[in-house]
Amino acid sequence: MSSTVKKVEGITRESTQEMIDRALEAYPEKGKKKRAPHLAPNDPSACSSCVKSNRKTVPGVMSARGCAYAGAKGVVWGPIRDMVHVSHGPVGCGWYSWGTRRNLMSGKNGVSSFGMQFTSDFQEKDIVYGGDKKLAVLLREAKELFPLAKGISVLSECPVGLIGDDINAVAKNMSRELDLPVIPCNCEGFRGVSQSLGHHISNDTIRDYIIETREFTEPATPYDVALIGDYNIGGDVWSVKPLLEECGLNVKATWTGDGEMERIAATHQVKLNIIHCYRSMNYMCKVMEEKYGIPWIELNFFGPTKIKQSLRKLAERFDDTIREKVEAVIARYDPVCQAVVDEYRPRLEGKKVMLYVGGLRPRHTVGAYEDLGMVVVGSGYEFAHGDDYERTSPEMPDATVIYDDASEHELEKFVEELKPDLVGSGIKEKYVFQKMGLPFRQMHSWDYSGPYHAYDGFPVFARDIDMAVNSPTWKLVKSPF
Amino acid sequence: MRQIAIYGKGGIGKSTTTQNTVAGLASLGKKVMIVGCDPKADSTRLILHAKAQATVMDLVRERGTVEDLEIADVMKTGYGEVKCVESGGPEPGVGCAGRGVITAINFLEENGAYTPDLDFVFYDVLGDVVCGGFAMPIRENKAEEIYIVVSGEMMAMYAANNIARGILKYAATGRVRLAGLICNSRNTDREAELIEALAKRLGTQMIHFVPRDNQVQRAELRRMTVIEYSAQHKQADEYRQLARKIADNKMLVVPKPLQMEELEELLMEYGIIADEDEAVVGVAEAACPA
Repeated sequence: MSSTVKKVEGITRESTQEMIDRALEAYPEKGKKKRAPHLAPNDPSACSSCVKSNRKTVPGVMSARGCAYAGAKGVVWGPIRDMVHVSHGPVGCGWYSWGTRRNLMSGKNGVSSFGMQFTSDFQEKDIVYGGDKKLAVLLREAKELFPLAKGISVLSECPVGLIGDDINAVAKNMSRELDLPVIPCNCEGFRGVSQSLGHHISNDTIRDYIIETREFTEPATPYDVALIGDYNIGGDVWSVKPLLEECGLNVKATWTGDGEMERIAATHQVKLNIIHCYRSMNYMCKVMEEKYGIPWIELNFFGPTKIKQSLRKLAERFDDTIREKVEAVIARYDPVCQAVVDEYRPRLEGKKVMLYVGGLRPRHTVGAYEDLGMVVVGSGYEFAHGDDYERTSPEMPDATVIYDDASEHELEKFVEELKPDLVGSGIKEKYVFQKMGLPFRQMHSWDYSGPYHAYDGFPVFARDIDMAVNSPTWKLVKSPF
Repeated sequence: MRQIAIYGKGGIGKSTTTQNTVAGLASLGKKVMIVGCDPKADSTRLILHAKAQATVMDLVRERGTVEDLEIADVMKTGYGEVKCVESGGPEPGVGCAGRGVITAINFLEENGAYTPDLDFVFYDVLGDVVCGGFAMPIRENKAEEIYIVVSGEMMAMYAANNIARGILKYAATGRVRLAGLICNSRNTDREAELIEALAKRLGTQMIHFVPRDNQVQRAELRRMTVIEYSAQHKQADEYRQLARKIADNKMLVVPKPLQMEELEELLMEYGIIADEDEAVVGVAEAACPA
């Protein structure tokens, strides 16, 4: 957490509020009233959430949110590599959530990893007569075709919840018949206001069906940790895990990036949980804390400043061996990072960024931009809750605009007024801003790049940001403002 | 805690029977919760003396999402400290009433409505097991005892047999069992004998024969159960008896539903329908030889 309040020249509480008011002008009275509390100038001194969040999207505005199924399939379950994940319902949900998040997997496809699209492909008759029997057949086939899969998750799409199919009963029976964990997850898309509820439901499902069902085969050590809420986007886990190992820790399980079912199931045996994405996995961290007494620590591995702070915070939880190793690691990577900063910072100094993403990025990546001399002038989340905004406030400069569940209109207006040099957001926003002649990075999937995490990720991040901001392409496009 | 679901043909008197029985159990000192699983939301009015209780789904519609609800918003306490919740749902012809039941029951579970001090939870379920939603109360870890309200009328018995088929499906994978038929008398011929016979064929019992008495209607006009309106009336005794029988009931069976022919044979045996004469099938009155 930053101790000093950062300022941006030309941005005051008044100027930001006026900008918000101008953006809200386009809305009818009712919509304006509903959207207003979701937009506010940052107030780092208040130590609280300055915006309202986790509310139903206002009808008619273009939201970037996903659904509960997206949160379950795309975020939590999909990255577990040695399970078969079944999208239970019509084919579309499974197809369009297949591989788009770039949660990379190791292993051999079909043998030790199963990054394929499995769906029950509901037809009219399955809606009318129920899909229970089809699900049982599918589960048998999956086991027959992929006998090495460590388990099968059944992820409900909307119609399953509507017709009231009891997937939990089918899963229980088939689990017995196949002698294989079959995990039912009631994550129908219509539940809740965003993908956030899908994360919560999935965490509850892991609590009810997976945790404590396995033990680690190797002997326990005082340095056993788990990496929670890292989904291996563009290989992030493969950058953080070796770093933690270099610091002397044993990373026993990764949740769920490049994750393995049986290691996740044995995580109740670790000594510390290290969480990245608080929003999607805090529930299980809290369960493991209450039930097994495992403490958890929230760390940020974006950019050398935050990595260094995080590693030292981590070292405090362990003995001198770890503390020494951490200092050695920092000493080793400091010059590497300095070289990266020396190369890119002169070209990026003072450039302005606006972010609109999910999970942890709207706050966790702020430091990495600052390492490169850039300044984040606006940030917000699609599906955050109050505790996320509390954590965001001290990271952001004073009076900068904070937006919750922002609409395309609001983002466009803010960009027009703030004139950032880079926008980092999702695929739905990408072309809007590129057509405005603005450099853009798709920051959900690291824009087909990555990793951005840890020391291995920072040079990639710096290169990508430089490439976007300083590409000559943008000089050929005439910006409308 | 025993969880009990009441099923039966529409209009057979499930809600009235349930509330009077629950009032009977409450008068015996039992702690009871009623979960109304019918969009009509009339499962708790006699306990609460209310026209219609604010339902879970009403509040979901008003506030936008089920996550914004608190238990206290939807749970009311009425006669005999009976806790009352109505799932609610759409008006006829739109939306999905079954999902309303699922949403409501999930909400109750997630928010700790099933407190250990409860002796009984009663689900008063709309008509028939028409879709997965209306089977929600008999899924695993929910109601394990089912009573079917029936009368000596043909369609009520068809419906009862159909419900037994639904129970059979769920009994195969879970612990749900048929606990008995409650005959809510319509004063048809040989009614008690007939329902006894049907119960026997299904492998269960007629747990009680509730005679028809207008005192029930008189109490209902005052939005009360007979037990509360006129505790000394003989009809109140009937419901107290039924309550006691349910409290003591140990006969839980996997039902053996009848084939259509068997059911019709039974009805013929008791003179409810006449023997079929193939010669008259599809012949109009005018074309009939005198």
